[in-house]
Amino acid sequence: MGATRRYRLAAGVGAAMLAAGTLTACGSGDQGITVNVYKYPQENFQAIVDACNAKAGGRYNIVYNKLPREADGQREQMVRRLAAEDDSMDVLGLDVTWTAELAKAGWIKEFTGSVKSQVESGTLKTPLDTATYEGKLYGAPDNTNVQLLWYRSDLVPTPPKTWDEMISMAEALVAEGKPGQIVGQGKQYEGLVVLYNTLVNSNGGTILDENGTKAVVDDKAVEALAALKKLATSKAIDPSFSNAAEDNARLAMENGNAAFQLNWPYVYAAAQKKPDFAKNFKWAPYPTVSGEQSKVTVGGINYAVSNYTTKPNESFDAVLCLRSAESQKLAALKDGVPPTIEAVYDEPEMAEAYPMRDDIKETLKNASVRPRTPAYQNVSTVISTILSPPAGIDPQATADRLRKELQDALDSKGVLP
Amino acid sequence: MSQTTTEDTATGTGASPAPVAARKKVALSEGKKAERRLGWLLCAPAALTMIAVTGWPILYSLLLSMQRFDLKFPDRTEWIWFDNYVTVLSSPYWWNAVWVTVVLTVVTVAIELVLGMSLALIMHRALVGRGIVRTTTLIPYGIVTVVAAFSWRFAWTPGTGYLAEALGGDPVLTEKVPALIVVSIAEIWKTTPFMALLLMAGLALVPDDLLKAAAMDGASGWQRFIKITVPIMKPAILVALLFRTLDAFRIFDNLFVLTAGSQGTSSVSMLTYNNLIKGLNLGIGSTMSVLIFIMVAIIAFVFIKLFGTAAPGSDDGGKR
Repeated sequence: MGATRRYRLAAGVGAAMLAAGTLTACGSGDQGITVNVYKYPQENFQAIVDACNAKAGGRYNIVYNKLPREADGQREQMVRRLAAEDDSMDVLGLDVTWTAELAKAGWIKEFTGSVKSQVESGTLKTPLDTATYEGKLYGAPDNTNVQLLWYRSDLVPTPPKTWDEMISMAEALVAEGKPGQIVGQGKQYEGLVVLYNTLVNSNGGTILDENGTKAVVDDKAVEALAALKKLATSKAIDPSFSNAAEDNARLAMENGNAAFQLNWPYVYAAAQKKPDFAKNFKWAPYPTVSGEQSKVTVGGINYAVSNYTTKPNESFDAVLCLRSAESQKLAALKDGVPPTIEAVYDEPEMAEAYPMRDDIKETLKNASVRPRTPAYQNVSTVISTILSPPAGIDPQATADRLRKELQDALDSKGVLP
Repeated sequence: MSQTTTEDTATGTGASPAPVAARKKVALSEGKKAERRLGWLLCAPAALTMIAVTGWPILYSLLLSMQRFDLKFPDRTEWIWFDNYVTVLSSPYWWNAVWVTVVLTVVTVAIELVLGMSLALIMHRALVGRGIVRTTTLIPYGIVTVVAAFSWRFAWTPGTGYLAEALGGDPVLTEKVPALIVVSIAEIWKTTPFMALLLMAGLALVPDDLLKAAAMDGASGWQRFIKITVPIMKPAILVALLFRTLDAFRIFDNLFVLTAGSQGTSSVSMLTYNNLIKGLNLGIGSTMSVLIFIMVAIIAFVFIKLFGTAAPGSDDGGKR
């Protein structure tokens, strides 16, 4: 008898707990529709979210979920959950290189109709290109990014115009015993692919064909390999170049070892914390390889809407608000990320926080996109593996290997290193 | 069978009536049958869960390994049978990873065995501060591998690390052989205590009287160690080696943090992760998992064969 009573008591407690669970679930539903945004940890993004929530007037409530800091970690989490058809992700902050992959897999929704025209109006062309796959728009450009050449004006009175000029100026400084090193991204990772893609496109070469189905690696791309090797084997190259990512390059220059740095504009904001260094820290357009203006690889973030979302309308509206000119201005001023809406560059406040805005805008107008293929992750891994370490490049042989292994990667036949 | 037994009992040879009776009871008693059925029913949930969580995934990865299955190209999924195995087994990346893994395993386990044995002897023989000796020895094993790996990485990074500075500021983690040496050091530092712990348990089996008797007979310290301690400890050594070899063969975390597999330092696990999780190529990735499974099975088999009777599970293990 006693046992039965105890059992009943336990069942009662269990039922009560279940009921409580349902109640809380209902409670959160009453506050309106929640739109879950997954984006990299951006310092002042919450302010943008709050502003959009206020504007939505209770129609939806955006919740900011922070993804890991590393790009690989961000992609892995989103891809894993999308593959499992997770409906708790609504808006995704995608790196510009992931559009094709997620679109082809059927994990993100196409932008159509008025949402599409609103995204397109006033937006710079290259960032829009990164969000387009097979003629369809799959993302709304949030911020963009291009590298510039950063130099120390106390060592270099006039910045170099060409790649070779930069190397010879740096070598001359090093020969004089001055801190004349060149720093950049030579580690076996995406940064090396960005560097190579810039060199190839600036030189008028191609890595993959237009449809992203065939590996080309033409003669111009071979010349780009030679240019990369020349940098990597120069006397002026940072000795840890083959293991340097963005921040290693930034720190090497801030610590006074280098006179030249190829890096994203965030280094400007970071340098302002060291006034002695910042007063001589200047920028110039990326040095040219072919003589014409360089086609610098574009980076940045696009918003996409998950195919498994249960509230597509609210999600698209949230995207439009999160990437509005107002939001982009806030992000540019507070977090230093370049806007994708052209008009934002001309806002008066931008001049002070963003002195290099004209150079960025000019570079953006002539920027290049990394190969557009669903197999981009594999393509990128193959390129960074084969090019690493950059000092070991043998242009013709390296190009042959690139062509073969890239083709395998595109056919999902190859083993990823 | 049952007929002959009944015949035997009927003829009354009286060879072995007791077992026959027992067998008959099993065959006849309803109570026993019900008990047995209950036993099966009670086991069933656990057995089914095991099948669901281990059996099915193993089978599923076998099935995946025979398909072209790439999440990036969902419309290109098809059965290709052993093509994935051909691709993987003819890939230089795979064989490089196999060699890296084998070398790492052999080198680290060998050094760990020697160091672990010395540590175990010290811990076993320590007269003063035994607790402190044991605690300090075990500290590396108590630190989370990833955390330890990060401190190794910083220590070896020029500019931030004391070890890199001490060795002239070369970025050791950017070249294959130096990077693998650093990974080995990190592995050995981390898991030697585990080896020592297992070996110490074995040392406790060696009777002191035997060692004293041998000493009386004039055996030197080394002779006592080789002729008495090691043979008695053989099962413990086998267990320690088997555990560590299988563990070392699946090395992932240290490599992931220290080199992330760059410059050809990928182990087989690292390579599988890259293809499966990063590359979303479930076909190739599953093929690699199956191959790792086979290799691990071979290692276990070879160990059991090599050590023969001393293997765990063989009944006459204590025969010496």
